[in-house]
Amino acid sequence: MTTWHEDGSTLVLPPKAAVTASAWRHHHILDLDDFTADEIELVLHIADSMKEVLARPVKKVPALRGRTVMTLFYENSTRTRLSFELAAKSLSADVSNLTASASSITKGESLIDTLLTLESLGADVVIMRHPQSGAPNLAAQHIKGSVINAGDGWHAHPSQALLDMYTMKAHKGAVKGLKVTIIGDTKHSRVSRSNIWGLTIMGAEVTVCSPPTLLPVGLREPGDNFPRVRIEPDINKAIAGADVVMVLRLQLERMQTGLLPSMREYIQIYQVNEERLKLAKPDALVMHPGPMNEGLEISSGVAHGSQSVVNEQVTNGVAVRMALLYLLAGGKKA
Amino acid sequence: MPVKVIMTAEDIRRTLARIAHEIIEHNKSLSGLILVGMLTRGVPLAKRLAANIKTFEGTDIPVGILDISLYRDDLDSREFKPLLNSTLIPGDISQKTIILVDDVLYTGRSTRAALDALIDFGRPHAIQLAVLVDRGHRELPIRADYIGKNIPSAHSEEIKVELTETDTIDQVAIYPAQEEGQ
Amino acid sequence: MKPILIKGAHIVDPSQKLNAVGSILIEEGKIAWLGTGNQKPPTDGYEVLDGKNLIAAPGFIDLHCHLRDPGQEGKETIATGTKAAANGGFTTICCMPNTEPAIDNRAIIDYVKNKAASEGAVRVLPIGCITRGRKGEALADMGEMAAAGAAAFSDDGNPVMNSRLMRQALDYSLAFGLPVIEHCEDKVLAENGQMNEGIISTRLGLQGIPAAAEESMVARDIALAELTGAHLHIAHVSTAGSVELVRAGKKRGVQVTCEVTPHHLTLTEEKVMGYDTNAKVNPPLRTQKDIEALIAGLKDGTIDAIATDHAPHTALAKSCEFAFAPFGISILETAFGMLMGLVNSGKIDLELLISKMTREPAAILGARWGKLGTLEVDSPADIVLIDPDKEWTVDAATFASKGHNTPLNGAKLKGKVVTTIYQGKIVFRE
Repeated sequence: MTTWHEDGSTLVLPPKAAVTASAWRHHHILDLDDFTADEIELVLHIADSMKEVLARPVKKVPALRGRTVMTLFYENSTRTRLSFELAAKSLSADVSNLTASASSITKGESLIDTLLTLESLGADVVIMRHPQSGAPNLAAQHIKGSVINAGDGWHAHPSQALLDMYTMKAHKGAVKGLKVTIIGDTKHSRVSRSNIWGLTIMGAEVTVCSPPTLLPVGLREPGDNFPRVRIEPDINKAIAGADVVMVLRLQLERMQTGLLPSMREYIQIYQVNEERLKLAKPDALVMHPGPMNEGLEISSGVAHGSQSVVNEQVTNGVAVRMALLYLLAGGKKA
Repeated sequence: MPVKVIMTAEDIRRTLARIAHEIIEHNKSLSGLILVGMLTRGVPLAKRLAANIKTFEGTDIPVGILDISLYRDDLDSREFKPLLNSTLIPGDISQKTIILVDDVLYTGRSTRAALDALIDFGRPHAIQLAVLVDRGHRELPIRADYIGKNIPSAHSEEIKVELTETDTIDQVAIYPAQEEGQ
Repeated sequence: MKPILIKGAHIVDPSQKLNAVGSILIEEGKIAWLGTGNQKPPTDGYEVLDGKNLIAAPGFIDLHCHLRDPGQEGKETIATGTKAAANGGFTTICCMPNTEPAIDNRAIIDYVKNKAASEGAVRVLPIGCITRGRKGEALADMGEMAAAGAAAFSDDGNPVMNSRLMRQALDYSLAFGLPVIEHCEDKVLAENGQMNEGIISTRLGLQGIPAAAEESMVARDIALAELTGAHLHIAHVSTAGSVELVRAGKKRGVQVTCEVTPHHLTLTEEKVMGYDTNAKVNPPLRTQKDIEALIAGLKDGTIDAIATDHAPHTALAKSCEFAFAPFGISILETAFGMLMGLVNSGKIDLELLISKMTREPAAILGARWGKLGTLEVDSPADIVLIDPDKEWTVDAATFASKGHNTPLNGAKLKGKVVTTIYQGKIVFRE
């Protein structure tokens, strides 16, 4: 291990991460459940370098010149798609976008056909969002290029969890040992699933606070099939002592389908507001994957308060996605 | 084990002193100079040169760090991606004279990548190249301004610069070629 | 046709409590003679089928399969489905009426029977709908279908959600003495469900089907069977709770029987990991705890029969997002090999397994189809020869069934049917 002795005139070299590139085994990024702590650490480390690139006068490096990245979105998304697109462009990849209407895909073969078309058009990486859980896993079985899951159904959103962890690490120094409380509709949330995997792999303590109708089944006895989390239905107890309060978006349709009685009741019992946030550690971070329903799951004051890092999450998203693209497409061409 | 030691710690010390003098001699004003070490071993070399210049002239020369991973043209053929380290360039490099420092000059491809990277940071007045070892076999029209030692070598040989900051010893040595498949 | 002598096989026939080495003589499609030990048959001039190291048992009876004919011949036909059955050791199969059109009247019963007679490799007993078009709105012509040769009634794939209508169906069935087979699933509770509800569905982000969706219907139907006194047969029981409900019902004297599938006895929900659509089946694969309860149910007689629920689909239909794939496993050809895993691991004994595939399903069907599921003299010569030690690898590409949708492709199994004889004719031989 190198020890750098500094004199006043020179710059400080960042501490060398205790990870090596050979820790990386992934050809696709479908979920974080098959990641090791070293691999996550590697992504965060490379994302740091990418963040430095994004701070340069010319925010572009030639690492992926000649590579073709295609986004395939079956669901509306502004920030995730834009974030991936900027990431790919900053690495000088060629980027094309295909928006498919989910209503036109009633039969699955059209997904496979679409993917084979993208492959024929030369896609090295396909970034995919789909309303059905597992669709990216299916895609990965059918194309030679890499698949990055940009959110599938209720299943996973690995790049979001990685950027969340990046943001936590940037503020807290490490993810390990952090007390992270996830509040809201965990049942239908791919963001929460990927965060639960990533955070527990990294050694954080996760607490989940959800209305019982919006809590996934089986969390109390997960066995070997899911990370163990603490379940705390009382929001005040759940927030108490937290280092990070992660608020999930509440889809309005949950009220229509009878999972929740009313918006008013949800706000009363589960909204993260200034008063409740005081129960967390004084320097606790407030995070939200966006887009926020201000005044519903999160009060405006908290959303834009001094502890909120919501906008930073967005910025970090580009750096983390650059790291992922670099790790997948920057290596040996298959 | 090395086949042959080309430069000892004492040789390296003297060579770096000479290069520091050459830099001072070659550049009329030291105020616009920035030493930029290429990761990994270019960085300690740049720092030693800065220290020498400080000793000889009393001038502090800022030292920057350059990681060229994202600019390499052989990324495709590498089994593993190079581990990225952050590039840190002090201040605006426009109108400055950059002295790029590397341990070994070989095909010239790393230097080419470094030039691309530097130019993305601004428009320097000039870029000069200092290397501890030039082993020949250039594949691009690139030459060094300051050379510690010319070491004619075979492609199959491995020339390794070791420095106490990154390794255990200061020396330059020839190692036998790695056998295929190892 | 020349008589056939199966010589020196290990004969397992639970209907006669027979478990001994012996020989069987087949003449004119019937079992003409059966002798144990070194007994010689009374006549000469037969062809010998060496039974050494093989088990001879009655041909298997499947109370529940899908032949897709008429209407979905791309998935299966009576020809391919019965050939698959023969390859798997089944000589009698009952096909479910969720065809297009549904088997809800005499004409379609006749169609199936005629087609089976002309192209079928084994005996096909069609099951008629409980309600017209399986819509759960009005009773189908059950009497007419009974007269035409329906073996039972079921809306399989759908439950009869309307409790009053289910009560009427059970009441009405008393006139014909045929069982009413219910697919027990509360469709509202199971809505949009893709797999068993539990930690795996949580992990995969798939909508779960809770055990209660099955159990609440099992409880309701047992109450209705008790009310009416009719014969209720519960299809594909999959949860520990259902087994318990049936056990309690039987104890009270309710005329309830039930079946379990090979996949619910041998596979768990973990097979769905990786979103394998070939492991998508309804009822869904459950947990190890459920498997233990199902095995216990087989052993104590709560579960009467093993039925395959063979559900062939095209590769295209299964090559898609998990939620868009249809439910079902093509299983006739692997069923016995899968079940032998339970015998090999000592969970059940071979005699029990064969009883649940022969004598007991025959008892549910009743006497009207002749003496099935037995090797008694004079019964149809429906016989399987089994090599219990044969190790083999499942290769869906070699299936006779058009449906290659199995989650077991590439799996190694031990124990295989090597010869199937239907009415004295060899319909499968390896």
